[in-house]
Amino acid sequence: MSEPLLQVSNLVQEFTVRDRGGVKAGTVHAVSDVSFELAPGETLGLVGETGSGKSTLARAILQAPRPTAGSVRLRGVELVGLKRRQLTEARRHMQLVFQDPFGSLDPKWRARELVEEPLIAFKIGTRTQRRARVDELLERVGLDPARFGDRRPRELSGGQAQRVAIARALALDPALIICDEPVSSLDVLIRAQVLNLLERLRTELGLAYLFIAHDLALVKQVSDRVAVMYLGKLVEIGPAEALYREPLHPYTVALLASIPSPDPSAPRRPVTDTIRGELPSPIDPPSGCRFRTRCPRAQDVCAAEEPPLRKLAEGHFAACHFPVSQEAPAPALTGGAHDSSATD
Amino acid sequence: MSANGLSPTGSDVEPLGGGGGAASVGAPLLEISGLRIDFHQAGNVVRAVDGLTYAVPRARTVGLIGESGCGKTVSSRAIMGLLPPSALITGSIRFEGQELVGLPERRLRELRGSQIAMVFQDPARSLNPTLRIGPQITEAIRLHSDVTKTAAHDRAVELMELVRLPAARQRFRQYPHQLSGGMRQRVMIAIALAAEPKLLIADEATTALDVTTQAQIMELLRDLQQRLGMALIMISHDLGLAASFADEVMVMYAGRGVERAPTRKLFEHVRMPYTRALLDAIPRLENASHSPLAAVAGQPPDLAHEQVGCPFSPRCPNATEKCREHAPPFQEQEPDHLWACWHPCGLERPA
Repeated sequence: MSEPLLQVSNLVQEFTVRDRGGVKAGTVHAVSDVSFELAPGETLGLVGETGSGKSTLARAILQAPRPTAGSVRLRGVELVGLKRRQLTEARRHMQLVFQDPFGSLDPKWRARELVEEPLIAFKIGTRTQRRARVDELLERVGLDPARFGDRRPRELSGGQAQRVAIARALALDPALIICDEPVSSLDVLIRAQVLNLLERLRTELGLAYLFIAHDLALVKQVSDRVAVMYLGKLVEIGPAEALYREPLHPYTVALLASIPSPDPSAPRRPVTDTIRGELPSPIDPPSGCRFRTRCPRAQDVCAAEEPPLRKLAEGHFAACHFPVSQEAPAPALTGGAHDSSATD
Repeated sequence: MSANGLSPTGSDVEPLGGGGGAASVGAPLLEISGLRIDFHQAGNVVRAVDGLTYAVPRARTVGLIGESGCGKTVSSRAIMGLLPPSALITGSIRFEGQELVGLPERRLRELRGSQIAMVFQDPARSLNPTLRIGPQITEAIRLHSDVTKTAAHDRAVELMELVRLPAARQRFRQYPHQLSGGMRQRVMIAIALAAEPKLLIADEATTALDVTTQAQIMELLRDLQQRLGMALIMISHDLGLAASFADEVMVMYAGRGVERAPTRKLFEHVRMPYTRALLDAIPRLENASHSPLAAVAGQPPDLAHEQVGCPFSPRCPNATEKCREHAPPFQEQEPDHLWACWHPCGLERPA
């Protein structure tokens, strides 16, 4: 098998919380012992809700800030503990696109300058070469350089600004782009345009994505494999199709049940059957399985022993003592109809 | 004609809460017709809402769907009387038969909160961060009904239990920052329900929340609506949410209503190409990984310029010369199904 592009092993990110006077009040277990690999040209979707640690994980991979423990290898190079200059060099291959382009792009700069800046920082090409490269990049993301090149972020729509942010991320020919909720702030139609752009760039440039989002249907659309995080832990990871067809972790089931279907005749299972209560604090996460306090399947062992991430199907792993059965999904509570293809 | 911004009736002679005949049995709770809202900005007129017409029956949910700037929020703020004085409102908004356009602020305030309440997207900004949540709920109760402090306290705890806030009695003394986003939104809903309104407007009430929290809050709203017999206007950009929770859906584009029908009918027989585009752009679990989404190009029009023809025509796959020159009327073209389109989907009409 070819060498993975990105190899994350036992990554831990913890933050110390201090009271007034600097007395340690506790530790936020933001990312706890997370491991996964990403192949060149592959898209791994990373799903989780607020507080799951998915954005912290992305930043720990980028070494900003550096993780508490664990290993991050990019093209075989260990990033943890790397000296600043070498780290800067290594980061060329790994770029980040954020949710809010207006927050991540300097409002005083023009689109052209924003895209050129990484080229200048890495001293790439002459001024003329850089100009040509910037025009090429803007065209690649669907922006006419003559029309948009001199605009500042405020003079762009949300979709256009996100395109500039993507062009900027592409400037250094990265192998991996970490997309942190890249389309969450966009309207439905613009969102589809930007998603299609990301897909086109992936096939044209052979990019790998770590695609972080809270919307499972959206992640399915773009991913080869999907990883689900809950309260700092990876609870399930597997091929996209299998994970949605046969979710193994009860939390994944709850996430899937929460998606409002655009088909009004689709049967709805109340989400309160699949998850209860509120997300516990990451300062004092539950013992054993962290999902057990909200899990309808939890038993005594779930509090006593932490379930390891184990392989339950080809390429499909889940951390659960009582994984959801791999039979057909449980029918909704209403009605007892078992005929599979009844149409009305 | 009606440039002075007053109601078409000209004066406010109608009695508040009217006589017995004011709200006939079958009449909808809220009737909006020909609503137009203009903002004057630096010499330009921005027509945020342009001839909106729809009705909300009692105890039903109407989903108001569209993208940013389509007028869904502005039009619902007009119902609440929450628009700034620079907004020029014409047309009619009738609540239980009473005209709200042109109603003096004092009378509107009586309706607001007691008869019509609103829940906003960002509960953190709607709550007072310096006050404990209990007193914020009791204040809302005492504003609308003449009860003792103790009775208001009991009612507040009752409301907190109604919106399923865990450990209601203990939460009473907590500050908003001690609650999660989902719990804060539950507090906002409790405040909105304090006076038992007949109409609740939920403006992107779950957009800022996580998916599992969103589903819990939507289920709560539906449950409350059925138990309290309250009507609900659900404003959202998410057609999926409307499909799951609304009885009727109104799709808006560029300040206008473009398609309206009972939810099932709408999703089974989409007529307006814009509704089609919205539906096709939603990622679905049934789609294979890496399958492209149907995405129409372009952006909504700038409402500071006068619209000629159908506002969606520059982006519409079905558009012809006629569409660019003449705006199609928003009419009932099939039973209970209204749309504004010269070339509706699924209807091949011989020329």
